[in-house]
Amino acid sequence: MAKDELAKEFKYIGTRPDRPDGFDKVTGKAKYGADVAAVGMLHGAVLRSPYAHARIKSINFEKAAKLDGVKAIVTRDDFPVGIDGDTLKLLENTIAGEFAYYDGHAIAAVAATSVHIAKEAINEIEVEYEVLPHVIDVDEAIKPEAPVVRENAGDFSVPEGCSPNVASYIEFGIGDINSGFDKADLVKSGRFKTEAAHQGYIEPHACMAQLDHDGQGEMWVCTQGHWYIRQMCASVLGLEASKLCVTPSEIGGGFGGKTTIFIEPLALALSKKSGGRPVKIVMSRAEVLRATGPTASASMDVKIGITKDGYLTSGLVEFRMQGGAFGGSPVSEALQCAFASYNMPAVHHIGYDILANRPRAAAYRAPGSPMAAFAVESLIDEICTDLNLDPIDVRLKNAVKEGDKSSYGPKFKKIGLIETLEATKDHPNYSISLGDNQGRGVAAGYWMNHGGETSVSVSLAEDGSVNVTVGTPDIGGSRASIALMTAETYGIPYNSVRVNIAETGALGFNEPTHGSRATLASGKAVYEAANQTISEMCKRVAKKWQIDPDAVLWDNGYAKPAGPNAGDFSPISIKQIASEMDQTGGPIAGHHEASIRGVGHSFGVHIADVEVDPETGRITVLRYLVAQDAGRAIHPSYVEGQFQGGAVQGIGWALNEEYVYGTDGCLQNAAFLDYRIPVASDLPNIDTVIVEVPNPDHPFGVRGVGETGIAPPLPALANAVAAATNVRLRSLPMSPAKVLKAIKTGSDGC
Amino acid sequence: MQYHSPSSFNEAVAISNSSSGLVKYLAGGTDVLVQLKIGTKSPDHLIDIKNIPGVREISLRDDGGYTIGAAVSGAQLTEHKELSKKWPGLVEGMELVGSAQIQSRATLVGNLCNGSPAADSVPGMIVAGASVSILNSSGTKDVLVEDIPSGPGSTSLENGELITAINLPKRKDYEGDAYLRFIPRTEMDIAVVGCAVNLSLENGVITSAKVVLGAVGPKVILAHSAADCLVGTKLDGNILSRFSAKCSQIAKPISDKRGSEEFRKDIIGVIAQRAAKKAYDRALGNN
Ligand SMILES: Cc1cc2nc3c(=O)[nH]c(=O)nc-3n(C[C@H](O)[C@H](O)[C@H](O)COP(=O)(O)OP(=O)(O)OC[C@H]3O[C@@H](n4cnc5c(N)ncnc54)[C@H](O)[C@@H]3O)c2cc1C
Repeated sequence: MAKDELAKEFKYIGTRPDRPDGFDKVTGKAKYGADVAAVGMLHGAVLRSPYAHARIKSINFEKAAKLDGVKAIVTRDDFPVGIDGDTLKLLENTIAGEFAYYDGHAIAAVAATSVHIAKEAINEIEVEYEVLPHVIDVDEAIKPEAPVVRENAGDFSVPEGCSPNVASYIEFGIGDINSGFDKADLVKSGRFKTEAAHQGYIEPHACMAQLDHDGQGEMWVCTQGHWYIRQMCASVLGLEASKLCVTPSEIGGGFGGKTTIFIEPLALALSKKSGGRPVKIVMSRAEVLRATGPTASASMDVKIGITKDGYLTSGLVEFRMQGGAFGGSPVSEALQCAFASYNMPAVHHIGYDILANRPRAAAYRAPGSPMAAFAVESLIDEICTDLNLDPIDVRLKNAVKEGDKSSYGPKFKKIGLIETLEATKDHPNYSISLGDNQGRGVAAGYWMNHGGETSVSVSLAEDGSVNVTVGTPDIGGSRASIALMTAETYGIPYNSVRVNIAETGALGFNEPTHGSRATLASGKAVYEAANQTISEMCKRVAKKWQIDPDAVLWDNGYAKPAGPNAGDFSPISIKQIASEMDQTGGPIAGHHEASIRGVGHSFGVHIADVEVDPETGRITVLRYLVAQDAGRAIHPSYVEGQFQGGAVQGIGWALNEEYVYGTDGCLQNAAFLDYRIPVASDLPNIDTVIVEVPNPDHPFGVRGVGETGIAPPLPALANAVAAATNVRLRSLPMSPAKVLKAIKTGSDGC
Repeated sequence: MQYHSPSSFNEAVAISNSSSGLVKYLAGGTDVLVQLKIGTKSPDHLIDIKNIPGVREISLRDDGGYTIGAAVSGAQLTEHKELSKKWPGLVEGMELVGSAQIQSRATLVGNLCNGSPAADSVPGMIVAGASVSILNSSGTKDVLVEDIPSGPGSTSLENGELITAINLPKRKDYEGDAYLRFIPRTEMDIAVVGCAVNLSLENGVITSAKVVLGAVGPKVILAHSAADCLVGTKLDGNILSRFSAKCSQIAKPISDKRGSEEFRKDIIGVIAQRAAKKAYDRALGNN
C-alpha cells in the first residue's frame, strides 16, 4: 500500500529486524521499575483515603513511628508551602493537605526496612476524617447544586451561573452553523456518554529515590518521561532541577498515564527524612486503579446537518468532561478532534472541564479523541442509516485533504485520510457477508500528533559502529526504529547501531514518549545529529585527500570523491575513518536540540464485525480491521503493533471497562478481575493495513502512529452493534446488561 | 505465620487441632495465597496438604466410581480422558477456573472450601451426586458436596476438618452433564451466573434430572422444582421455556459490581436452558 511521493529507495527502513531490547524483555532480564535495588534501601508504603471526600482533621503517627524498622514518615507537613497554580494541584494530588478529594488519595507515606513493616506502620497511622458530600458522575457534578469538590476551582473562562465544579470553559468555531443547519436535508442530534477508562499498563508505578539534605538526589523510575519527573518533583519539593538526576527503567506500558508524578516525590521526601537512604515504592494494582490517572468520563451533545446526497453542512458539539478533583480533562483536545476528519462549512464547539471526586485524569492515548469519535462518528452512522448511504462513501465525500483548513484552525499539509478510506473500502473485510445477529460498523478517527522538545546525541565508536543517545523511553519499539533510521542515514548495518536511553544529566530537556512522538521527533533529531557527524567525516577525509570538503560526498557507509573533478581517490569506509579519529582531530560526535515541528497528522479508519447474543447481550468481536496512515512505516511490525494495541484498548473501553463506584463514592472494582480489560481470547486477530502517505516535514516521511488507533473502536463497535440489533447504544461501555436492556426496551443506555 | 508440610492426613489434622490462631489448609493456594497477599486473610498457620502420599491421584474404585485426591489440579482432571468422557460437565466446570497457570494448581476441594457462591466446579459436583471424605479428630465420614456450602465464604466444615478426597458415583449409560456460566469476557472472570445440569434418559425420555444454580444466591441453589419439569420429557415443546422461567424464578441474586439482580435473573434462565440442552445431547450420545 505504498503511496510514496518521496519515492526514495531504502535499504533498512521498512524492514523488520528484531528489536534490540526484545531478547532481554522476553527472557525476563530487562530491568523494570521494581527491579532496582540499592544497599541500605528502605521500602515505602502509602496510606490512602478511604473516603471520596473528607476533611483531614488530624493525623497521628506516633504509634507507627515506634514500630521497629520504621525510618521515616511523611505527610503534607514535609512539603513546601507557598506553592500555587498548577504546581499546587500536582502537590495536592501527590499528598493531601486539608482535604482528601477521592478514594485512594495519598494521605501519608512510610519508609521502613521491609515492605511488611511499612504496610504494618500504615495501618497504625490514625487519621481523623470529617466525611464531606461527594460527586462522581459528570452530569451530576455540573448541576449548580452539586456538592462542591474544591472551592474556587473555576478559572476566568467560566461563565456566570455555572456549577462551582466547572474548572474551565472553552468555545470556538468557524462559519455560520445556523445557516448550515438550514441548508441541510437532515439535521440529527444525540446525547452520548462514555465512562472513564484506565490505561491498564501491565507494570504498576515503581521508583527508587535518594535525596540528600543538600537537595542533591537521584531517582530510578518507570516513566514515559524522566525530564517531566525531574521537573515536577523539583517543583513540588522546591529543589533545583539540575541537582536531581533521573534514570528511566524499562517500561511495561504507559499510554499517557506515566507522564506525571504520583509516588516519586513521596519517595524523595522519605529518603531525605531518613537521612538520605534510598527508598523504593512499588504500587499495587489496587493503588494504580484507585489513585492513578484514568482518562475522563464524558457526557456529550452532538448535532449534525447533512444534505440528502451526503455532504455535511454544519456541526455543533457540547462536551462535558470530568477529569477528577483537579480538572484537566482533555476536553479541548476532544473538541479539536470532533470534526477534524471532515471539511465542513460551519462547526461550533463548546466544552466544560468539570471536577468530581475521582482520581486526577492523566493523559491516555489520543486524550479526548476517542470520546469525540464516539459521539460524532456514531451520529454520522445514524445519519447514514437514515439516508441509506454507504458509511465509507459519506466519509470520502467529506474527507479533509491537503490544503483544507481544519475544523479547529490549522491548515492541513499532505494527509492521508482519503487513501485510508479507500484502503478500507477495497479490503475484503468490508464485503464478507454476515449472518444472523451480526453487524458491521465503520468509523474514522484522528490524532494531531506532537513533536515537542527533543535533544539527542550521536557518536562514532572507534570501530565504526554508532552510539545513539536519546531521551525518549522505548515503549513500542522506538529503539529499533531509531536504529533503522540511523543505519539508513549512515549506510551501515542495523546491528552496528546501539540506541541508548539516557538519564537526565546526559542530554538537554526531552519531553516524554507521548503524543506519538518518539520515532518522529527523536528520529528526526538523530537524523540531524548523524548528518553533523557525516559532514565532519567528509571534512576529515577532504583534509586527507587535500581537496575541498564540498568535493567529498557520503554514500552508503563510505566517503567518496563527489565526481571525477574531485580527484581519483578510493572510497574510505566509516570503519577506517573511525579508527583514525585520534589522529584526525579527536572524537566524532553530533547532537541536535529542537522543538520539533511538522508532525504530520494521522487518520485511521476501522471496520468492526460483531455478533450479539440476543438472549444475554454479550458481544463477540468477529473481525476487526485497522487502516491508518503511518506516513512511512520505519519498522512495519511495530507500526502494526501500535495499530493493534490502540484498537484493543478502544475495544475494551467500548465493551466492558468501567469504573464501578458505590453510593459512598468509593471504587468497587480496583482489580483487573473486575476492571475488565479484554483478554487475548476475547479478540480476533486485528487485521491491519499500513497506508503510507509520507509526512513532507520528516526526513523519512514519518507520522506518529501511536494514538489514533484508540479512537475509532468506540464508534465502530457501537455502529456494528446497531447494525446487528437495530438498537443504538449511546452510552459506553456496552456491557451485556446494557445491551440486553437495549434489545428488550430500546433504551440507548444514557 | 508458620508453614507446615505434613506427610499424612492424620498429621495434618493433628497440627490443625494443636495450633492456635487462624489455621488454614493449603491445596493449590490459588485462593489462600491471593487472600494472604491482599491482606483479607492472614493465617497464623498454613498446612500444605500437597506432600501427603496419594493426594494428587485419581483412582477408579471397585464400584466403578472415581476417587479424586484432594490436591488433584484442574489440569490433571482435564488430562484424564476416561473421567472427562464420563463427567464432561464436572470437568468443564473446573476447567473454567482461571487460566493455564491457575489450572496447574487449583483444585476441586479448594474451590468448594473457599465457599464462593460463584465457584465454578461446585454445581457440577453436586449434580453428579459427589460426596467428600472428611477426616477429623474422631475419624472419617462421608458427606454430600451439596451439604458443604453454607453461605458466602463459609462452609459447614468444623474447625480442623480436612477433606481428603472427592468421590464420584459410577456413571451409567444414557446419562449426561453440562456446566455453563455467563461472564462478559471469555476467561479470567468470576461467574455472573452459572448452572449445572445432570440428566438420565431412557429411550430419549428424561427419567431423572438435577439442576444447580450458581452465583444467584448466598450459596449454590438446588433447583429441584426446575429439574422436575424436565422429567418425563424430551426437552420438546415449550418445556425449555418453562424450565428457563422456573430457574429465573428460583434464583435469588443480589446486585453487585458483577451484575444487577435483574440481569442475573434474566440470564440464569438462558444459561440453564443452554446447559440442559447440552446435557441432553451428551446423555443421548453416551452409551
Ligand atoms: C487468577 C484467578 C482466576 C480465578 N478464576 C476462577 C474462576 O474462574 N472460577 C472459580 O470458581 N474460581 C476462580 N478462582 C479461584 C480459585 O482458583 C479456585 O477457587 C480454586 O479452585 C481454589 O483451589 P485451590 O486448590 O487453589 O485452593 P486453596 O487456595 O488452596 O484453598 C481454598 C480454600 O480451601 C481450603 N482448603 C484447601 N484444601 C482443603 C482441604 N483439603 N480440606 C479443607 N479445606 C481445604 C483452604 O483453607 C481455603 O480456605 C480464580 C483464582 C485466581 C487467582
